[in-house]
Amino acid sequence: MGQVSTAAPELAAPEARRSPGPWRTAGADLLHNRSALAAAVVLFLVVLATLCAPLYAHHIAHTDPFQSHVSGTTVVDGKTVPVLTPSSTGLGLGVTPIGPTWDPAHYFLGADNQGRDVMARLLYGGRTSLFIGFTAALLTCALGTVVGVVAGYAGGVVDAVISRVLDVIWAFPVYLLAICLSVVLLTDGLHLGPLTVEAGSLWLPVAIIAAIYVPYIARPLRGQVLVLRNKEYIQAAVGSGAPTVRILRREVLPNVLPTAIVFVPLMTALAMLTESALSFLSVGVQPPDASWGTIIEDGLGLLYTRPAVTIAPGLLIALTTAALNVLGDGVRDALDPGARLRGGV
Amino acid sequence: MPDQPLLDVRDLRVSFRTRRGSVTVVDGLSFSVAPGEILGVVGESGSGKSVSMLAVLRLLTSPNVTVEGEVLFRGRDLLTLPDREMRAVRGREIAMVFQDPMTALTPVYTVGWQIAEQIRAHEKVSRKEAHARAVGLLSDVGIPDAASRANAYPHEFSGGMRQRAVIAMALSCGPALLIADEPTTALDVTVQAQILDLMRELNAEGSAVVLITHDMGVISQIADRVLVMYGGRAAEEGPRRAVFHGPRHPYTWGLLDSVPRVGGARLRRLPTIAGMPVAPGDLPEGCAFAPRCRLRHEQCAERPELRDFGGSAHRDACWLPDDDRAALRLTARAAATDVPDLEREATP
Amino acid sequence: MLQFIVKRFASALLVMFAISVLVFLIFFATPGVDPAARIAGRNADPATLAQVRHSFGLDRPMPVRYLLMMRHLLIDRDLESFVNRGSRVIPQIVQATPVTLSLVVGAALIWMTAGIIMGTAAAALRGRAADPLIMLVGVVGVSLPAYWLGEVVNLITQKQLHGSVFSWVPPPGYVGLDHPGQWALHLLFPWLTLALLYAGIYARLLRGEVVGALNEDYVRTARAKGLSERRILIRHALRCSLIPIVSLFGLDFGALVGGAALLTEVVFGLPGIGKLTFDALQNLDLPVIMGTVLYAAFFVVLANALVDILYARLDPRARHA
Repeated sequence: MGQVSTAAPELAAPEARRSPGPWRTAGADLLHNRSALAAAVVLFLVVLATLCAPLYAHHIAHTDPFQSHVSGTTVVDGKTVPVLTPSSTGLGLGVTPIGPTWDPAHYFLGADNQGRDVMARLLYGGRTSLFIGFTAALLTCALGTVVGVVAGYAGGVVDAVISRVLDVIWAFPVYLLAICLSVVLLTDGLHLGPLTVEAGSLWLPVAIIAAIYVPYIARPLRGQVLVLRNKEYIQAAVGSGAPTVRILRREVLPNVLPTAIVFVPLMTALAMLTESALSFLSVGVQPPDASWGTIIEDGLGLLYTRPAVTIAPGLLIALTTAALNVLGDGVRDALDPGARLRGGV
Repeated sequence: MPDQPLLDVRDLRVSFRTRRGSVTVVDGLSFSVAPGEILGVVGESGSGKSVSMLAVLRLLTSPNVTVEGEVLFRGRDLLTLPDREMRAVRGREIAMVFQDPMTALTPVYTVGWQIAEQIRAHEKVSRKEAHARAVGLLSDVGIPDAASRANAYPHEFSGGMRQRAVIAMALSCGPALLIADEPTTALDVTVQAQILDLMRELNAEGSAVVLITHDMGVISQIADRVLVMYGGRAAEEGPRRAVFHGPRHPYTWGLLDSVPRVGGARLRRLPTIAGMPVAPGDLPEGCAFAPRCRLRHEQCAERPELRDFGGSAHRDACWLPDDDRAALRLTARAAATDVPDLEREATP
Repeated sequence: MLQFIVKRFASALLVMFAISVLVFLIFFATPGVDPAARIAGRNADPATLAQVRHSFGLDRPMPVRYLLMMRHLLIDRDLESFVNRGSRVIPQIVQATPVTLSLVVGAALIWMTAGIIMGTAAAALRGRAADPLIMLVGVVGVSLPAYWLGEVVNLITQKQLHGSVFSWVPPPGYVGLDHPGQWALHLLFPWLTLALLYAGIYARLLRGEVVGALNEDYVRTARAKGLSERRILIRHALRCSLIPIVSLFGLDFGALVGGAALLTEVVFGLPGIGKLTFDALQNLDLPVIMGTVLYAAFFVVLANALVDILYARLDPRARHA
């Protein structure tokens, strides 16, 4: 055997590798999740398409989707045909609009019962639906987080009162409350002191949908804050005399933020479905605005003759909400590795 | 009478497939357990001691796991057994107890029901009889008022009681081998002593025990033989007295030295093993411990195998010269604590 | 336990009271709105308006108004619809209830069976090809707007394929239980439509719970005991996962019985509570709205209370909390 030395072991200097923070890790995880990526791409395409609505309407279809074209004509296969023809089925009353021509320049998906280009309306309607869905989701998540954190952290009477209010709101079957509020507010708008929202404004459905789902977000967040409050590091901060705002900002918020963020895509899907249901029932988006829900309702009268008017918006809603759900699952898996084991698609 | 070991593990290799490639957690481990013997398996976290035992019972169910080697139990290779036969081995011939008693039992069934479930899975007995046996087992492990406790739910038991119940359940079919993975780590010291007493009793009744722990103190109290693991490999193996009084592997020296002793030399600083435990993904080609070893030399670039010297049962995996390990140990210790001999108080 | 039940029901009553006040305020106290015009409906003449004002004490202070309405609704039980003159609210509700119950109970059976099977299968087969496929069905179920799906189903069964595959499908409407065959036939597609949405929700949820349970320590112990994978899956993992599922089911069922299935009822022409509520809302028939909303809230609150009590039975850990 050779000589053994007793020199100090030359330990390789541990690489001073700062581990990437939780947000970067989450981002990396999300990028590796193929179904979430696919969903994100689908969403991006849908949003892009709806943003291009004016482009489509003016430059491709050459039509104004908010104007009736009851007596207009269009060109199909080189021949000029009227957009609306007297109905030959049923009782012979009413009109049958032109069906899908699969020609982007001339009523790609056909016309509705007022002669409007369905495809163009779908794109414009998409903007409305996406706007309402996303804004309501952001509003709900923000409000729900604030309410949940306040209730969970303050405890005592404040918590009791807030929890009871949330219980009452949530005890109302969600859609019923939305319909009630819509019915009442849609005729005259909302006048709360200095705040005035016109009856036809899109902010009304946004506000209503956001309000009814606040308990959906606030309760889980409150539960999370309750658990956090008992953790040692929070108690240490309280004990060391740190001001409440600082504790909330530096200790509580970073822990609840991932949960709140996970809720955003899922809430958007939920809000879009709710808006479309309300619009379908005529208590959501009001004319002249259009959303996917109103288009479905418009198409009901034509369901048996021109089903495309009803089917297309429904498929778009389904596609968008499915993508949001898958993306939401992916975000949740990325931000909460424990939940990955319980992930979905 | 052939001296056939009860459990004979040969060249066990366990690797996980992760996003960064394949990670080897157990790297060519070989050891054996004789009937009725208590084997203490000791090592730091990450040394692969738990994973190797889980692999023995084929409890690693993730599809990303690969297990290779041979695990001979009573002559049969467990790794190649069909599922049904493996299920007959689990719980009946080999039983396993895990670290955290708080989560080990299903919360929605009573403790008696869960013990009876195990009995009825392996033996054809009626529910009444299985329940009666469960009650008997609970009282055997020292749970007072066993008859009514058997109808209680797991959350109604304290930690120590729960661990006893888990042990009672593990022994319900009279296994020849009990594997206990850190059974006392989650419990406080007084309860720990009681659990160890329990294990001694069980051993006296004939069960062999493999006790996994990172606590040298526990090993010194109860083990017949000791297996020291590092980096997924065996570092040293031998009878307890031999390993404790004449350890041969530098890692074992480090483990023993870092245990503070009453009545020893008064030290200014507790000796530690320099460096960090090797991560499973970073096993070096040669000796796993070499980066942290004060006595390493060129030979260490080649991986040492477990060898015994002169036919004794005490083996180690180290290239250091066989004869004067004790002296080498002193040299290493002096260098490690970095304290001149003058500053030490002479022991009375 | 008894104390817990009493407390729960007391709190439930409190919530019901709060809801009744909330509805009252929405319809009577929204600024800039004339309650009498709302109640009497859109085309009421001045005589009706005056009668409404007097009958509802609209010239009296608000708390009195509230008490009067509650008296009409709960004690005198003679609250009348002001759009369908003379027809009373409570009998309307009573008549509509069996329709909704038929729809919801049937759909619940279907969706729970389908959801549990799909979720458990996906969890057991996780990592293999079947898992994401099953979950895809789940995502689709959750994403389709229920009312739209109903319309498409109607389109296919009543029109497109009515001549061939679906010639046996009856027109939309409800047939009472005295003709069980027709009753079930009329409800078949409503059941399936409503169930698809909820099956998706429950399958996804259950899969998550079961996969989580399969990673718990107690499952590892069960495996070490030598139990078969199937027994572990069903008796240990599924049994523990069902606890949150059952809770959620209770809440959903309560909400649906109370009228949350209104879209399905409207689309399939079923005269249940949901449709009643919807029609009333369209006509601004406040007395009916008040009645149906309180009815709905009652069921939601009842379901909440029952679920809390049931939870304690299902999860031994909750009993001693």
